[in-house]
Amino acid sequence: MTGDEACAEGALAAGCKFFGGYPITPATEIAEHIAKRLPQVGGVFIQMEDEIAAMASVLGASWAGVKSMTATSGPGFSLMLENIGLGICTETPCVVVNVQRAGPSTGLPTLGAQSDMMQARWGSHGHYEIIALSPSSPQEIFYQTITAFNLSEMYRLPVLIMTDEIIGHMSERVVIPEASEIQLFNRIKPEEKSMPYWPYIPGADGVSPMAVAGEGYRFHITGLTHDEKGYPVMSAEAHVHMVERITEKIKRNISHIIDTEGYYLEDAEIVVVSYGVSSRTSLSAVYEARSMGIKAGLLRLKTVWPFPEAILRTLASRVKGFVTVEINLGQIHLEVQRCVGGNVPTFFVGHAGGTIIPPEHVLSVLKDAF
Amino acid sequence: MSIQSDQSDQQTHPLDDLLRKDRIPHIWCPGCGIGTAFSACLYAIKSSKLDLDHVSMVSGIGCSGRGAGYINLDSFHTTHGRAIPFATGLKLANPDLTVVVFSGDGDLFAIGGNHFIHAARRNMDLTVICVNNLNYGMTGGQVAATTPHLAKTTTTPAGNPETPFNLPLLAYASGATYVARWTILHTRDLTESIGEAIQKKGFSFIEVLAPCPVNYGRRNKLKPLDVLRIYQEKSIIKHFASPSELHLDLEKGITLGKFVDQDKPTWLDMYYKTTRKKS
Ligand code: SF4
Repeated sequence: MTGDEACAEGALAAGCKFFGGYPITPATEIAEHIAKRLPQVGGVFIQMEDEIAAMASVLGASWAGVKSMTATSGPGFSLMLENIGLGICTETPCVVVNVQRAGPSTGLPTLGAQSDMMQARWGSHGHYEIIALSPSSPQEIFYQTITAFNLSEMYRLPVLIMTDEIIGHMSERVVIPEASEIQLFNRIKPEEKSMPYWPYIPGADGVSPMAVAGEGYRFHITGLTHDEKGYPVMSAEAHVHMVERITEKIKRNISHIIDTEGYYLEDAEIVVVSYGVSSRTSLSAVYEARSMGIKAGLLRLKTVWPFPEAILRTLASRVKGFVTVEINLGQIHLEVQRCVGGNVPTFFVGHAGGTIIPPEHVLSVLKDAF
Repeated sequence: MSIQSDQSDQQTHPLDDLLRKDRIPHIWCPGCGIGTAFSACLYAIKSSKLDLDHVSMVSGIGCSGRGAGYINLDSFHTTHGRAIPFATGLKLANPDLTVVVFSGDGDLFAIGGNHFIHAARRNMDLTVICVNNLNYGMTGGQVAATTPHLAKTTTTPAGNPETPFNLPLLAYASGATYVARWTILHTRDLTESIGEAIQKKGFSFIEVLAPCPVNYGRRNKLKPLDVLRIYQEKSIIKHFASPSELHLDLEKGITLGKFVDQDKPTWLDMYYKTTRKKS
């Protein structure tokens, strides 16, 4: 199964019932696969007129109470960011997959990159927190799509899966577990008959229970700055309060959200930081380095946003250096440098996109670092 | 005593249960036509006998786009131009909902024009009500896709060099199953028409001509009453007028009425039909 197909299967396993899409290489196969599968499970697939409409339809479907998603690549992701912002502001659970290809602009439609990582973090206007995952295999994208739905339902926001053309088009064995083995989380509903219901009164974990259309709550939501009733309030105080609330709900739960995987970190002197397809080539380089007696380790970011700052800072206090490996000219590398704070040297291996990073390039940096 | 009874008179209004009273006063200017169009819409919803818990309103951005904020139903104030695709997702994910889109001409036909024609082509089961005030009111009176040729706006100070869209004609050509045009002077026809449109299965579209005295009227020497007089004197009601007769023009007149009322399977009907076919 390809990564794209595994993503679609993961969505179905998570209970996704609506996909609003628009064709784009290299994400089209997700739409094609789920277009075939959704009617079999009572869901709806619609190909909209553009990615703006696709994203808007995904939000609408979520407010009708179903798990919804879309998938795209760079040019489409640029268009979706408008309504991803609405999803963040109105706290709408949904999943957006970006199968990254090399940009800017139309770039290399059929060749992979990891160069939309900062766009994923800051691409929609205004200040916000976002959750973005990065899978390194078809099996992992299957599981991460389920995780993405769970996180979106748990924290009420659009969750991004930042994969790439290489994982999307790669064919590998994917095991689909029994439904009973998959843990699903569904959004917290308001308590029965808790009228009047206001959509943004935070619960204990900072997340507000969510009613949906047709349940009789007669609520209002808006992309304008709003109060806890969901009503527009045009004041600096209301704005500060709202943005703090939607950022705090992520920040205070950061330890539950962030997922990383470490290799040889216990005694590593030099740590490779990587994610997605680049973490695979990085791992081969680390194995090779170890066989040569170099004390290398790998920190694989399964969650890229929020950035695992605390983990980086802890490592920075005891290792001698870091190497960031990614298919761009230094995006997550900036975050690594920020966390390391100049305490130890940071190296970078990457290029502008179109092909994977050969393990030898990583290895040569590991060899020459000290 | 009399003061008290005045107060209680003020405190009840036949649409009270459909209004978010805690959000009144609204933002609309004195003399604006949106309020009349909005209350026609509320009356139509109220007299529809629909279970109001299953009626949603979706708006985009602009003066008319504030509609969703004042209706006491599940209501969604979305991004500029995107009310229709948002409403599409809402409807497809729960077909039991009746979904009404209430927005303005700039929102639905300039930035959102592409979504409008495709939703009509698909025969998405939505009711779209467009308050057409011939300009962008909220941002201070800029030229719109509906501004008459040579009209003055802040971004066409020498007169609009462009030709406007004819909205019912566009809806008709795009495949809408119900198309009508009224003005805020024709409130009874308008209310009845909105009622029909809401009951109608498929993509229904109603254009409501309404004055924007503060921005459009002021620059084109049209007081609110002048506009109403034009609506009265220049309009001709012609149901099922042919597409070439849908004038909106001071010389040829303003054609009002119900122009299209046809039955066609909706997007969802066809989706079920095609996807549930035994292969
Ligand atoms: S600016 Fe024009 S359209 Fe907007 S509320 Fe005022 S009069 Fe109405």
